[in-house]
Amino acid sequence: MPWLALVGIVLFLVGAIWGLGFAPADSKQGNSYRIIFLHVPASFLAMAGYYVMAICGAVGLIWRMKISFMMMKSAAPIGAVLTFISLVTGSIWGKPTWGTWWEWDARITFMLILFFLYLGVWALQTSYQDRDAADKTSAILALVGTVNIPIIYKSVDWWYSLHQPATLKLTGPSSIDASMAYPLIVMIVAFYVLYTWMLLDRTRIEILERERKSRWVQAIFGQ
Amino acid sequence: MSAIPGPHRALTASFKRELLVAARARSEFFNPLIFFLSITMFVPLGIAPDAQTLAPIAPGMIWIIALLSVLLSLDRVFQSDFEDGSLEQMVLSGQSLYWIVIAKSLAHWVLTGLPLALLSPILGVMMALPGEGYVALVVSLLFGTGSLCFIGAIGSALTVALRRGGLLLSLIIIPLYVPVLILGSSSVQTAVLGEPYLGQVALLAAIWLLSLMIAPFAAAGSIKISLGT
Repeated sequence: MPWLALVGIVLFLVGAIWGLGFAPADSKQGNSYRIIFLHVPASFLAMAGYYVMAICGAVGLIWRMKISFMMMKSAAPIGAVLTFISLVTGSIWGKPTWGTWWEWDARITFMLILFFLYLGVWALQTSYQDRDAADKTSAILALVGTVNIPIIYKSVDWWYSLHQPATLKLTGPSSIDASMAYPLIVMIVAFYVLYTWMLLDRTRIEILERERKSRWVQAIFGQ
Repeated sequence: MSAIPGPHRALTASFKRELLVAARARSEFFNPLIFFLSITMFVPLGIAPDAQTLAPIAPGMIWIIALLSVLLSLDRVFQSDFEDGSLEQMVLSGQSLYWIVIAKSLAHWVLTGLPLALLSPILGVMMALPGEGYVALVVSLLFGTGSLCFIGAIGSALTVALRRGGLLLSLIIIPLYVPVLILGSSSVQTAVLGEPYLGQVALLAAIWLLSLMIAPFAAAGSIKISLGT
């Protein structure tokens, strides 16, 4: 799917150049806020990616579709990397604005837990020799995680409000100015397109790897 | 072929069997409890022995240690039955695996969670926990370890076919334990402050009921997958 990659890269370049070069500087945070053009889309996709993974797992378990297990397997590393990007960019953003690399804020903690959930599914997937068992067990784990995500989110939110009063306030997404919002929206769309491209591409590799003994794959590679 | 007895028979029969197996292998029963007591020794050794330092961290520390004790005992919930083939016989018995998993998790809780909760006041004394916290500590541990056993049964079932599943089991289960730890530890902390803590205990009980209903489905499903390999 080169056209999908092309669309994604063009959108990414447009959004990045617009956001980093032409959007106005923030009145309080100066230029440091510009990291949101990476941080916000990565966080969006990290959350959405977990549901993509869990829904693929559910489809695989219910309708026994092999391809959706392959898609689930491909979604786990991409999601883990996006969660990691979100954590790292958030940490880099936190240094100039909050004065600290790490803060046990509810959202940060939740992203860290999400990162561990991804790693768990990924680790379970790779630890089974038997492919069928690997697919099904990691699908069950992804689904259990889905049931737990709202409970974890609420409990972490509640824990934070109990332990520390809200001393830190981020600029809410609704209060963002249009001149910053448009490049941000372009970046979010770019991340979605790039995510779709990566997911499909990884799934294709996975299909080829699993079907490497079949005739049609060997015909492609001319053996 | 004779009729298969109802689910309540399966529940009581497998529950009794678990207790009998545990009674025959007593060291497995004592190991998590000894771990629970001995790891507590690390806290004053590693941080500070005076009551002023220990008292504020006591609720969280006791909860973390209880959680680790349950976590360490999880891998044997299905492991030995998987290895000697009794798990396969349970699946073949025609009984719903859902009830058998409930019986096994309940027995696991009776053998680890319940004694941990009953022993926790001793740890409270050793960690200089203020007097207001003891009821909350025992009650929150009773419900909390119940949830830990049911949620842990999922992890135990997911990794049962793996030869070295212990560390992986911890890795996949720890994120799922977050709400129980937050609520359990905060219920004791609010009790120490003299404030009402029933809200947290009610939420813990809700999580316990939710995990009682949902976790056996996931665990039974993964046992069937593991046996298919």
